[in-house]
Amino acid sequence: MVVFEKPKSLTDKVFHYCPGCTHGIIHRLIAEVIDELGIEGQTVGVAPVGCAVLAYDYFACDMIEAAHGRAPAIATGVKRSMPDKVVFTYQGDGDLASIGMCETVSTAARGENVTIIFVNNAIYGMTGGQMAPTSLIGQVTQTSPYGRDPKTQGYPIRVCELLATLDAPAYLERVTVNSVKNVRNAKKAIKKAFQNQIEGKGFSLVEVVSACPTNWGMTPQKALEWIDEKMLPQYPLGCYRDKDKEV
Amino acid sequence: MQEKTLMKGNEAIAEAAILAGCRHYFGYPITPQTEVAAYMAKKMPKIGGTFLQAESEIAAINMVYGVASTGKLAMTSSSSPGIALKAEGISYLAGADLPALIVNVQRGGPGLGGIQPSQSDYFLATRGPGHGDFHVLVLAPASVQEMADLTGKAFELAMKYRMPAMLLADGTMGQMMEPVVLPEPKEPNPVPPAWAAVGTEGKRFHNVINSLYLDPLTLERTNFERFERYAAVERDETMWEEFMMEDAEICVVSCGITARVSRNAIVEARKRGIKVGMIRPITLWPFPKKPLLAAAEKVKSFLCVELNMGQMKEDVELAIRCKKPVDLCCRVGGMIPSPDEVLAAIVKANEQGG
Repeated sequence: MVVFEKPKSLTDKVFHYCPGCTHGIIHRLIAEVIDELGIEGQTVGVAPVGCAVLAYDYFACDMIEAAHGRAPAIATGVKRSMPDKVVFTYQGDGDLASIGMCETVSTAARGENVTIIFVNNAIYGMTGGQMAPTSLIGQVTQTSPYGRDPKTQGYPIRVCELLATLDAPAYLERVTVNSVKNVRNAKKAIKKAFQNQIEGKGFSLVEVVSACPTNWGMTPQKALEWIDEKMLPQYPLGCYRDKDKEV
Repeated sequence: MQEKTLMKGNEAIAEAAILAGCRHYFGYPITPQTEVAAYMAKKMPKIGGTFLQAESEIAAINMVYGVASTGKLAMTSSSSPGIALKAEGISYLAGADLPALIVNVQRGGPGLGGIQPSQSDYFLATRGPGHGDFHVLVLAPASVQEMADLTGKAFELAMKYRMPAMLLADGTMGQMMEPVVLPEPKEPNPVPPAWAAVGTEGKRFHNVINSLYLDPLTLERTNFERFERYAAVERDETMWEEFMMEDAEICVVSCGITARVSRNAIVEARKRGIKVGMIRPITLWPFPKKPLLAAAEKVKSFLCVELNMGQMKEDVELAIRCKKPVDLCCRVGGMIPSPDEVLAAIVKANEQGG
């Protein structure tokens, strides 16, 4: 009896991610959700620029590669062209919260009926570990070698809280994947974000607080602990908007 | 006789796009092309189409990229500073081999420039507006009728060759009113092409719309293949119009509004016995090199009439391999030469005798 299978919604392509990177877990969760909802053939994904740029090779649904930060605008075009299809973007912190912030906020403000999976690991991974809009105060990166100094480099952006100031979003939740329990919760949130779109409820975003052991300069185990110790105090888990619960 | 409608150039573009089957328009307000957006905002909701005022020019072109990825006709329109912002997205459209229509109703520059007519985005349009090695089809209308006709043609060519097309008009063309015979309506959403990202329906391996090739040999091959396609476009799709060229000794080269002004000046010069004619490029890329080179064997000199500092003049010199002198008559910054100014330039060219 097979008890553990690769989801149908992932191709056979081998992930390029570093050891201990959580992109692999998040990819798998999305693929499991797409399988469970039976929407693989009706789904179009939009891949970002960043570590997950090659996501278009990994998801088995039709995929579109976006320019840096533009995935929400492209998803808007795809959804307006085919309102009956399921459209999701997969974006990192630099992509979504820095160069693409205008697209992110505007797509959320329009209440565009798409699903955004936002991977926040507080660093630019693909380019070798530079400061991100979500890098923590004091965090050492290639471009904040003395630690992020708020006097010159400002403060980290909390995306869920920021988007929760808008009227339109249907669902905003922050999750993480550093323990079995948290992975299960993350999957629940991702599933809801897709389900919302199928039911026409509007803009849904799940922020996944993630680990980047390579660029954080930690072992995978230590990186998962660092999420609890450093990331979650800055980025508290929880639901920031759920229109289902507002009556 | 076909029915004629009196329309503004910008409105003719919008109506012609709808008749060509375009149901997705994304734009951002900027003078002097805002009538295109206003027309679409009124009409699209009534015919089940999409009008979306984007948060930025960059977002607008990426929304176009999204619709184009699904194999449907999509367009955006803007004016010069806005087109510069769209350059990123246009490069990605070209890199992913996606069809789309970008309308540029040019105004004076650089920088914020002005809001009066200009042709100073000639380089921007014809050299590939964005990073990387690529071209877009560039069509330059010289009447409101052509605003309509070339909009349809641009969509047709963009789809045929899977490349972005730019309708390069100027503020005058956008704002002036003329009678137009509108084209027959086409089916809005034909069957999506095989490459489109519309969902696999579980029947095929996934389609990927992409411009990233990390293997240099593969990226080189995609560039070579794209330029083979461009060669076919140059061979089969170059458009131009000749006016009084049979016995011409001076060849005016001009497009858009300045071609209209030049036409009047040429008629006047002919009355004075000056043998002058005009080659009017209708496609600026591909540029009508062949007829210009053929003309270089017959005429004494060329005269470019442009609303820029001589950007097209460079293409003329290249096309004729510098075999004959090329003069320039230009106004910039939103100014337009009068027929008398062009006539004076023709008279001067005639006196110099090539």
